[in-house]
Amino acid sequence: MIENIDLSLVNWSRAQFALTAIYHWLFVPLTLGLSFILAFMETAYVRTGDETWKKITKFWMTLFGINFAIGVATGIILEFEFGTNWSNYSWFVGDIFGAPLAVEGILAFFLESTFVAVMFFGWNKVGKKFHLASTWLVAIGANLSALWILIANAWMENPVGMIFNPDTARNEMNSFSDVVFNPVAIDKFTHTVTSGFVLASVFVVGISAWFLLHRREEILARRSIYVAGIFGLASSLLVAMTGDSSARTISKVQPVKFAAMEALYEGQNNAGLTVIGALSGSGEKIGEKEVYDTKMKIQIPGLLSVMTTGNPDGYVPGMKDLINGNPEKGILSVSEMIERGKYARQVLIDFKMAKELGDRESLASLEAKFADKEFTDNYFKYFGYSYFTNVWQVIPAVPVIFYSFRLMVGLGFLFIALFAVALFLYSREQLERRRWFLWLAFFCIPLAYLASELGWVVTEMGRQPWIIQNLMPVHVAVSNISAGSVQVTFFLFAVLFTALLTAEISIMIRQIKNGPKHQEEEK
Amino acid sequence: MTAMISHAFLQDYWWIIISLLAGLLVFLMFVQGGQTFVFTLPRTDIQRTMIVNSLGRKWEFTFTTLVTFGGAFFASFPLFYATSFGGAYWVWMAILFSFIIQAVAYEFRSKPSNVFGTRTYDGFLFVNGCLGPFLIGTAVATFFTGSDFSLDLFNRVTWGTGWHGLEALANPVNWFLGLAVLFLARILGLMYLANSIEENELVIRIKKALKLNSIPFLVFFLSFTGFLLAGKGYLADSATGEISLVKHHYLNVLLSRTGILILFAGGVVTVLLSLYHGIFGNSGKAIWYAGPGTVSVVMALFFLAGFGGSAFYPSSADLQSSLTLVNASSSMFTLKTMFYISFFIPFILIYIWIAWRALNRKKITAAEMAEGGHKY
Repeated sequence: MIENIDLSLVNWSRAQFALTAIYHWLFVPLTLGLSFILAFMETAYVRTGDETWKKITKFWMTLFGINFAIGVATGIILEFEFGTNWSNYSWFVGDIFGAPLAVEGILAFFLESTFVAVMFFGWNKVGKKFHLASTWLVAIGANLSALWILIANAWMENPVGMIFNPDTARNEMNSFSDVVFNPVAIDKFTHTVTSGFVLASVFVVGISAWFLLHRREEILARRSIYVAGIFGLASSLLVAMTGDSSARTISKVQPVKFAAMEALYEGQNNAGLTVIGALSGSGEKIGEKEVYDTKMKIQIPGLLSVMTTGNPDGYVPGMKDLINGNPEKGILSVSEMIERGKYARQVLIDFKMAKELGDRESLASLEAKFADKEFTDNYFKYFGYSYFTNVWQVIPAVPVIFYSFRLMVGLGFLFIALFAVALFLYSREQLERRRWFLWLAFFCIPLAYLASELGWVVTEMGRQPWIIQNLMPVHVAVSNISAGSVQVTFFLFAVLFTALLTAEISIMIRQIKNGPKHQEEEK
Repeated sequence: MTAMISHAFLQDYWWIIISLLAGLLVFLMFVQGGQTFVFTLPRTDIQRTMIVNSLGRKWEFTFTTLVTFGGAFFASFPLFYATSFGGAYWVWMAILFSFIIQAVAYEFRSKPSNVFGTRTYDGFLFVNGCLGPFLIGTAVATFFTGSDFSLDLFNRVTWGTGWHGLEALANPVNWFLGLAVLFLARILGLMYLANSIEENELVIRIKKALKLNSIPFLVFFLSFTGFLLAGKGYLADSATGEISLVKHHYLNVLLSRTGILILFAGGVVTVLLSLYHGIFGNSGKAIWYAGPGTVSVVMALFFLAGFGGSAFYPSSADLQSSLTLVNASSSMFTLKTMFYISFFIPFILIYIWIAWRALNRKKITAAEMAEGGHKY
């Protein structure tokens, strides 16, 4: 079955998952950040008793609600698509991957869904403090759910805390704490949720700027810019810090992805970090993959070496080292990994056949191999490579990753400046007079969404062709269904999500144009 | 305590948790059941608003329970997740589509500039209300009637037909359970509305609708139960794990396991009692009988599917590919880790109860709907 895999099925399955994830991520970051902004605002209301804060909270809560429902709807699809479209994956690693998903449901989703109802409908039914606690619990629940799904996602990029069981032909968890405290998970969680805080803050600052441009809702706008400005500035600085830490971790656990992010083909000592640059084909190829030169580049000398090794003279391996191997630096070639992986897979097949035939002698010796550290560390570790026939197949789409990464980082720095200027102008009471800034803030809203999506493009495109780093390529993980079935559901999802997104944007625009005064009048 | 935590104990424990979640899910599908009345029960727009808002304050519980049910199944019995979801593709996709349109329908229906109009979103609620319970019921029926799949040496699934799960609709027994769950959801929806809305005219119509919906529910439920207990069942040999079809297997399990028998019979009696109360007595209180009764019956059905040596996800195409609690489960380490995490469940139930009571203390009235605030 695996040997005769239908590549169009793989591509359509990938497209469907990407479509769902992209749509889902249009709504989630706003939920993550706006939930905390609501909690800050309502806390101000409860502490001061100032009804204006309540009005402000309720206005943003309405937008939160519109966004929240569609985020929930797209989220359920992602969870079930692991089974419907990636069933081989679900079995191969379900013993580990399923646990964080279940914990997410038990510990986070119920918290979020229980108290979101109190938050929306409880204003006149529960006390002020109960309501405030509910708003905080929604924020905590939403971010807790992000924690567990990101732990699961991080595990796919750096599989830890498990052992392969040949009897069941799957990986099984042997350390929950290793899975939870996976360094990739820690970086991913902190970087992702803080980027959600930034997006929500840009959203609040941008909409508030629009009100000021139209000389409406000035008190709401100024106070919102103040709250979101502080939250956004702190979060965007954290995003930069966690991004740096994340890149450092990637250079260790996913060096090919890291080389793609930098379009670094030749390994170097004193490697510089490319701030900007343009890729052009060099004419050289690794197999069927183009090798790119970086033109017009602005580099910070030595910084890449410092980031990855802590030493300006440290050696950073390039794509050619990682593919062809570099014995001097202790880097194994991909062709060698493929051979070792094939050997490991053959041992597994022999084991299963011996079990099927009841050949106890062979079974015992093969079973012993899987318990042998020499075999697991030097052969089974490369199991996933056995599914490749050419070394270039492990190279991801370098230009997409290179440009996405730079654009994301550049926008991140723009947002730091945006929040700093917003707070400065607020403190000088000059917000209304700087119309250029208000327009800039407003137009930053789509840029925040772009930056957020680009982050996932770097992550997910960068780890191709792996669904689980080094253990399982994407094309092996796919369900045994027809490509036609997935095509149909892809287009159904595309039409449905687009229709719902259109409705959501239309409702949002109308609610923003109406503003809180209209809400009050509706009462 | 640690000594008694064997792999077999944990497999049983997680099947009980899965069964509990399934029971709660079916009970919470009162939201879906209520949605099927969105066009027929109300006579005025304000009545429709009251119905939608009453149900809308609970839709997320059903949704979350469904997600948690899926997550718990994935964590504890990943081979089921891989086999059923990856094989019965169209059934699960249809269920998912019906739930996507539900989630947004509540939030969008009454908002200005919602593009498609309130009636379209109410239509979404109706479609989810019909399809959700029916398809979930049909999918669960295959736990007893079997599915057309086989597994290879590496547990990779191949589905026997290109219908990918929709072929289950060719078996009338699956229809019986699907329709029984649909009508049960409608009954529960009516009882919940009677409990949460203060509007005499509506309550009178609810009583009438309860009477009408009880009949098909009883017919379909009894038909399914009859076929289940009279027919053959999938039994795994406790020593070899070999699967065989055994006459009256589920009846044998029911009669030999007193706990399951009590759960099943007690649940059925309680649901019948709730129908009596709903139709002839205080309709508002009927839900409090129907809820535990529903959870009990569903749990008992899941116990029949998984315990007593049953193969809980049988293959009608290749008997030996059938899934049992033993061959489909996660490793002992994972189940044990999840076992400790499940200790949080009572706390979760407590805060859900507190929040539920806080919101339902006062019934929904027409006056409240006119007040403004967050409204569907």
